[in-house]
Amino acid sequence: MSDTGSQGQGFEASLSEASETVAEFEEERTMVRRLQHLLHANPSLVPFVVLVISIVTVGLYIDWEAIQVAMGWARLEEVSVGRFRFFSGRTMALILDQVQIVGILALAQSLIVLTAGIDLSVGAIAVFSSVVMGQFTFRYGIPPTFAVMLGLAVGTSIGALSGWLVSRIKLPPFIVTLGMWQIVLAGNYLYSRNETIRPNDIAEQAALLHLMGWDFQIREILGYEAIRGGANIPLGVVLMLILAGGLAYALRSTPWGRHVYAVGDDPEAAELAGVNTRKTLMSVYILAGLICAVAGWVMIGRLGSVSPSASTGQIGNIQAITAVVIGGISLFGGRGSILGALFGALIVNVFQLGLPMAGFDSQWTFLLIGILIIGAVTVDQEIRKVSV
Amino acid sequence: MTRPVLQAKGLVKRYGRVTALDHADFELYPGEVLGVIGDNGAGKSTMIKAVSGAVIPDEGEVLLEGQPVNFTSPIHAREHGIETVYQTLAMSPALSIADNMFMGRELKKPGWRGQVFGMLDKPAMETFAREKLTELGLMTIQNIKQAVETLSGGQRQGVAVARAAAFGSKVIILDEPTAALGVKESRRVLDLINDVRARGIPIILISHNMPHVFEVCDRIHIHRLGRRLTVINPGDYSMSDAVAFMTGAKEPEQAAA
Repeated sequence: MSDTGSQGQGFEASLSEASETVAEFEEERTMVRRLQHLLHANPSLVPFVVLVISIVTVGLYIDWEAIQVAMGWARLEEVSVGRFRFFSGRTMALILDQVQIVGILALAQSLIVLTAGIDLSVGAIAVFSSVVMGQFTFRYGIPPTFAVMLGLAVGTSIGALSGWLVSRIKLPPFIVTLGMWQIVLAGNYLYSRNETIRPNDIAEQAALLHLMGWDFQIREILGYEAIRGGANIPLGVVLMLILAGGLAYALRSTPWGRHVYAVGDDPEAAELAGVNTRKTLMSVYILAGLICAVAGWVMIGRLGSVSPSASTGQIGNIQAITAVVIGGISLFGGRGSILGALFGALIVNVFQLGLPMAGFDSQWTFLLIGILIIGAVTVDQEIRKVSV
Repeated sequence: MTRPVLQAKGLVKRYGRVTALDHADFELYPGEVLGVIGDNGAGKSTMIKAVSGAVIPDEGEVLLEGQPVNFTSPIHAREHGIETVYQTLAMSPALSIADNMFMGRELKKPGWRGQVFGMLDKPAMETFAREKLTELGLMTIQNIKQAVETLSGGQRQGVAVARAAAFGSKVIILDEPTAALGVKESRRVLDLINDVRARGIPIILISHNMPHVFEVCDRIHIHRLGRRLTVINPGDYSMSDAVAFMTGAKEPEQAAA
């Protein structure tokens, strides 16, 4: 220390005797703290647990009599329904079949929400892409292979346009996608002249459009009777799972994924730390547009027809946001796991299928989903209090 | 006199009708710790941002080792070996210590996993982060994967300083590094500044804390009204003189530099 420094030294003279434990990464670990840290590190754990609880609860309620019979607690003659209705391959496959469109849209929505944005146009992009695939094939006679590729390109371009408006013009994502939702949906009606392409025509002339609806029996694949009932899994579900796996990998284990989280967490900090925030945002919106277009292709397989008035265009955005929120992805950006969104979509579908099956009014589904949404955000707030 | 490592000549930056920099000059010499002090709004932050690429000046030039450079972004400046620890720390609270240390310059796995799938080399990044934090005496134990938001203010500062020290090859800029810290944690940072100087890397220290500035700095650049008022040797003046200069209560007799 030079003598010039002596002016600053007096007040620190006693420091040599001070405790040397500085800046330790230690803290007391109570059960609550541990749970908080566990959830903080594994954000998709909550929706996963909720999903398991939902399945078990709904299943026990519906199949209670069948369980009694199976366990030997009751004889078949004593109960009204002796077979498994919910815990059957058919029901489980039906849930997956019904979740595929919203599930894929939720993946796109997750990417946007992770960057602290929101995308109201996901459903509209999906419907418009499906219309492009159909109309290009039937109106212009373009081979289905190219029509599908062009449909995917259209969805990607719409995503790119939104991304440009958000990242370059700095418009709020809510406004950009609110406008884009209306524009794309209106364009979809205008372009298609509100015509629906019938399933039979597609099956005869352009079977490729139906590819995502092609299904197979798990039983045949596995080669043994593992699953009760006919469990048919369409290709769209497989694609959804592959997409979810791929995105989960990319978000967790590539520089791009880390940048997506950093941009959503604190864009200024990310920029200063050396992340190209514009490029990252652009890539996210482009990829989300492509995924929405894929959802459009899956829609053709699921619905059979190409319809510009498919309900996904109107409510797909809210369904996807619901799945994302229940899936534990923070609307403030930078937190959550994309697998959570998939769990969120599944939770909604378990209720949608299970509650009517159990004899409840279907309004109970929406009531429960409403509670789940508020509950999920509450949990998110609590988890974020982990910071000291 | 030796050539400055980093030099700025006649920097001007206007924000609408406000002139934040009014033909400001600046020199940083090899191996020194240069303090930059000035009252709030004097333009010292803008000047530091101009030499570190976060702000693009309207006029004037920046020279790195005598060569004119036009930094268009902090990343650009960083590629030239200038590392900045911002007052806001520029860290993503929800991401881990290792993620934050390598943000924007991640290590990928060697071979196809890195090239084809862009897979991060997390073990290598974690080992490196742990080493750097241990060097600073910040890493007594625990989890390099824990989120930065679970750390205390001082620990976060330590991680940010460690990041700059690990990657800065020519200049390290510290913006108010001790402002949020307790007495003992501040001492660690000051010791670290001396360590980094001993390695020959010059440091720019922006601070309001006069005792800290007077303790570690070789020269003190006093900024006032958008330009350099003077550069003083901390041995020649008292802290109250420095405060008088930067607030305009007193005028320096002659420029020391």
